[in-house]
Amino acid sequence: MVTAGIDLGAKTIKVIILDNGNILIRKIGLAGFESKKAAEDLFNKALSDTGIKKEEISEIVATGAGKEEVEFATKKVTEVTAGAKGAVFLFPSAKTVIDVGAEEGRSIRCDETGKVIDFAVNEKCAAGAGAFTEAMARALEVKLEEFGRISLKSTKTIPMNAQCAVFAESEVVSLLHAKTPKEDIARAVHDAIASRITSMARKVGFEKDIVLIGGVARNAGFIDSLKREIDMDILIPEEPEFVCALGAALIGKK
Amino acid sequence: MEKEYWKWKEYNWKDEDIDWKTGDIISAGVDVGSVSSQAVIMVDGKLFAYSNMRTGSDSPESARKAMDWALENTGLQLKDIQYVVGTGYGRVNVPFANRTITEIACHARGANFMYGPTIRTIIDMGGQDCKAIHCDERGKVTNFLMNDKCAAGTGRGMEVFADLLSVPIEDVGRMSFEVDEEPEPVSSTCVVFAKSEATGLLRKGWHKNKVLAAYCSAMAHRIVTLLERIGVEKDFCITGGIAKNIGVVKRLQKELGVDILETTYDTQIAGALGAALFAKALIEKSRK
Repeated sequence: MVTAGIDLGAKTIKVIILDNGNILIRKIGLAGFESKKAAEDLFNKALSDTGIKKEEISEIVATGAGKEEVEFATKKVTEVTAGAKGAVFLFPSAKTVIDVGAEEGRSIRCDETGKVIDFAVNEKCAAGAGAFTEAMARALEVKLEEFGRISLKSTKTIPMNAQCAVFAESEVVSLLHAKTPKEDIARAVHDAIASRITSMARKVGFEKDIVLIGGVARNAGFIDSLKREIDMDILIPEEPEFVCALGAALIGKK
Repeated sequence: MEKEYWKWKEYNWKDEDIDWKTGDIISAGVDVGSVSSQAVIMVDGKLFAYSNMRTGSDSPESARKAMDWALENTGLQLKDIQYVVGTGYGRVNVPFANRTITEIACHARGANFMYGPTIRTIIDMGGQDCKAIHCDERGKVTNFLMNDKCAAGTGRGMEVFADLLSVPIEDVGRMSFEVDEEPEPVSSTCVVFAKSEATGLLRKGWHKNKVLAAYCSAMAHRIVTLLERIGVEKDFCITGGIAKNIGVVKRLQKELGVDILETTYDTQIAGALGAALFAKALIEKSRK
């Protein structure tokens, strides 16, 4: 049985096509300002690359903040449900799933089948989401990929006073003026977001194993800060930003 | 270099009719805020001179610059000032201050002077925070509430929007009323998200004035939510930079249904003015 999962997030769209649990294709593209069309284009591209016809797909399951925009979906599930399902598929031992996307952070507690027990979400504030690191990397004039890496070189903990991304940007500029090394600022930024995510996750508690998903899971600096903050090991999938799309496709299979 | 629309004009002012040489008590207040700094000089409890400028990365330097600029062309020198009170976020960094007093106390005291003794509720809309203050007829603080965690509802948030839309910050209020009909407020609270939302609205074909209207009304709503937690007692006034933005003030007045008192004083100097008044009281006390 062929199913598809499409995750229309705040920044990017992810598409996965599954054939009996095997991934046929993964596609990622920017959502932009016409996300409806972007989603359709990306999905069609995935179809033509695999040579599969739309009619051959039994279920197209949409998830993500923009799931309502995906008009061709046959089913819609929340990102919480999809994230837990996908994470448990990849790591059957997962009990806590932390999902950090561009504009949202989520912490989910689930059972061994990937069923959600409890969850907490931050969707109101950029300080607990990828948008925060993006803004800070911009202020430091460092590429996002590099931003995570340089953070690992720092051995110094400097606290950030600002929580808000807008205020933190000014703070980063002041730190630069004060000749603070970029790697120390990068670490301060990652420590700050890790502490925000942790206090959100504490609301639902931590139970081993912990899996980190979402685009921010590609950021080595953030992972390092999060590990230090929660003082536990964290499992990270190879393609962390695709986990919700994967979960959606798996739900379609049932 | 790109034009920086958020950059509001810095200025200084002095009262030509006052001769400080005939004055008995010369006091000053310096308010070093996170975004702007002001220095106010008073002669016998009357406003004599002031300056208003952006805070730089070095607080002591900003305090000194603001003071120098207020003193400019007055014939006064720093040593002629008998007592200086520092206030604001950077108050501990005013090198020439005789003492420091919190900005909450100074704003209440300053508002009492600017708007008169009937003021009971002040909303101070600063660069990086927003405070709701209750005070008595002498300008003494009875209760307060503040948001300093989040840029939504602060001057910095408005600066970000002015830059995004390439509108000089002084024109935001006026332009926000040049719309056919009032739009729904921007739905995101976070300034970072509101920025993406606004960019989306512009792409949808919204005129920038309409986007400004939507943001001003979101900011007004945000202030109302803060005020609801502490309650509004009449008379009510606004101090700080946002008080100069009619786009926010008029919408706030409408949503709140309470009159907002007006003043001929510069609303951005309330903190420094309060500090200068405290300085005067301290001089008088020391003489007794």
